[in-house]
Amino acid sequence: MADSQSDSGIMIEVQNLTKYYGARAAIKDLSFSIPRGEIIGFLGPNGAGKSTTMRIIAGYLSASSGSACIAGFDVTKKSEEVRRRIGFMPENNPLHEDMRVREYLKFRARIKGLTSQKSRNRAEEVIEQFDLYDTRNSIIGELSKGFRQRVGLADALIHEPELLVLDEPTIGLDPHQIRTVRQHIKSMGGQHTILMSSHILPEVEVTCSRVLIFHEGNIRANDTPRALENSMGERHKITVELKASLEDLNQTWEEMAEVEYHRVSPAEGDFFRSILTPRDGEDLRPRISALARARGWPLKELTRDRHTLEDIFIHITRSEEEF
Amino acid sequence: MSVMTTLTRRELSGHFLCLRGYIILSGVQLLMGGSLLTVVYLLNGRAYDLPLTEKFPQTEFFWLVLLMISPVITMRTFAQEKSSGTFETLMTTPVSDIQVVFAKFLGSYFFYLTAFLPMLLYPFILERYTHESVAVDAGALLSLGLGITLFGSFFMALGCFASSLTRSQIVAAVLTFAFGTCLFMLGYFADLQPPEMKWWHYIFQHISMLKHMEDFSTGIVDSRHILYYLSLTALFLFLTTKSIGSQKWK
Repeated sequence: MADSQSDSGIMIEVQNLTKYYGARAAIKDLSFSIPRGEIIGFLGPNGAGKSTTMRIIAGYLSASSGSACIAGFDVTKKSEEVRRRIGFMPENNPLHEDMRVREYLKFRARIKGLTSQKSRNRAEEVIEQFDLYDTRNSIIGELSKGFRQRVGLADALIHEPELLVLDEPTIGLDPHQIRTVRQHIKSMGGQHTILMSSHILPEVEVTCSRVLIFHEGNIRANDTPRALENSMGERHKITVELKASLEDLNQTWEEMAEVEYHRVSPAEGDFFRSILTPRDGEDLRPRISALARARGWPLKELTRDRHTLEDIFIHITRSEEEF
Repeated sequence: MSVMTTLTRRELSGHFLCLRGYIILSGVQLLMGGSLLTVVYLLNGRAYDLPLTEKFPQTEFFWLVLLMISPVITMRTFAQEKSSGTFETLMTTPVSDIQVVFAKFLGSYFFYLTAFLPMLLYPFILERYTHESVAVDAGALLSLGLGITLFGSFFMALGCFASSLTRSQIVAAVLTFAFGTCLFMLGYFADLQPPEMKWWHYIFQHISMLKHMEDFSTGIVDSRHILYYLSLTALFLFLTTKSIGSQKWK
């Protein structure tokens, strides 16, 4: 397994990975595999094992047991080969505060094995790519957080790695900077496999093609954001706001076999808001709109709740305490 | 090799890019200048037939510099990178533990040697004021330089090792200073002449830095001394590499 072809479709192959810090297990028996070219989001509360998993993949920590292969290379046995293929940006994006941006990027390129000439060229390219031209001669310690983050991303990308591992790339940024960083990540998505962690759910939802939800050292879900949302589809509620009498509405919903529960409450003006839970996940919206037209009830709102990643996340990470 | 050069240059420039580096350099110049003054005053008006360099290891300033400079130079090597987190970005690049350890050692070592470079001017200063071209024995000066160089290589390796053990620069400095001073003090026991020589007395004599430096300062280059410092340097660089490698398993 250790030498499965590096040009195969699998970028990360993790099997039974376990890491103990003293007696406490940070991750327990993790297994997953990630195809090339995807943007993967590691999601989970603090201390769920995201950073530990990333550090093992990046070759900074060794696992207590189990294996991880990157592009076919085992992270323990072929550590240098793995590190050559990975661009890693750790949590909080540590940088050499006393260096200048271009100097730092050239230094990083050199120690990642690029030739002197190539380092210079790549530094110029990433400076261009991440809009760092005006700050290329600034001392890193004097840069704002948004710029520092871009320097960190530029560094991770400078040796054109196959896999980018970004631990909390948008933490501590303002909404504007988050958008910029997110766009940069998305733009890198085409040529690189990207592994990023976050606990900001909308970020993962818009950026990632696949989500792994971590909880207490285990992976609780591994799917596309869309599929995760649909997995809870049967619980989608329908909200409808109609101008009709309370009795009429109650009677109508009781007669409708597909509605399992309903609740009607007064809304603005003469309107009443009904919240319906369908019996078997069926989308009742076409039927309700037809019904409203037939009865001549003015219709103000007709929506079907979409479960957000947040609902799923809360559902998954709470289940433990409830049972 | 080019990666080593890059890393070493980065390490060396790190010393020069912060105020601390210049404080160290100034401190060394001040104390060594004090040492020179003491030597001159000791000899004031008296005839002497020994190389002037021999007097250096007999001044407190000289030893103060040697024992203090190593902890303050090396304390940053690993501890600073670990506390700021850049150690993680460094160790996830395709560099080996040995490369990192050697680069940090060499960077600090070059800085240490830089601090002593102005000593080469002392003969000219003396010559100018004493108007005697024979005031300093070139051979003895070189062998004293060799002594300082060897002493430095051991202490830099020791300091790197201490720094690799902790995230706190202060702890690293205290460890280096405490260990170095203990070893130095052991040498003092060698100077206490007991009525009869015991086996431990020979050991103390062998590890006495005071004795080593005395030899070097009079122009005696003893291969046992050279071997002593080189093997200690190698030992501590090896220990540092092991210490760095073991951190993956924490």
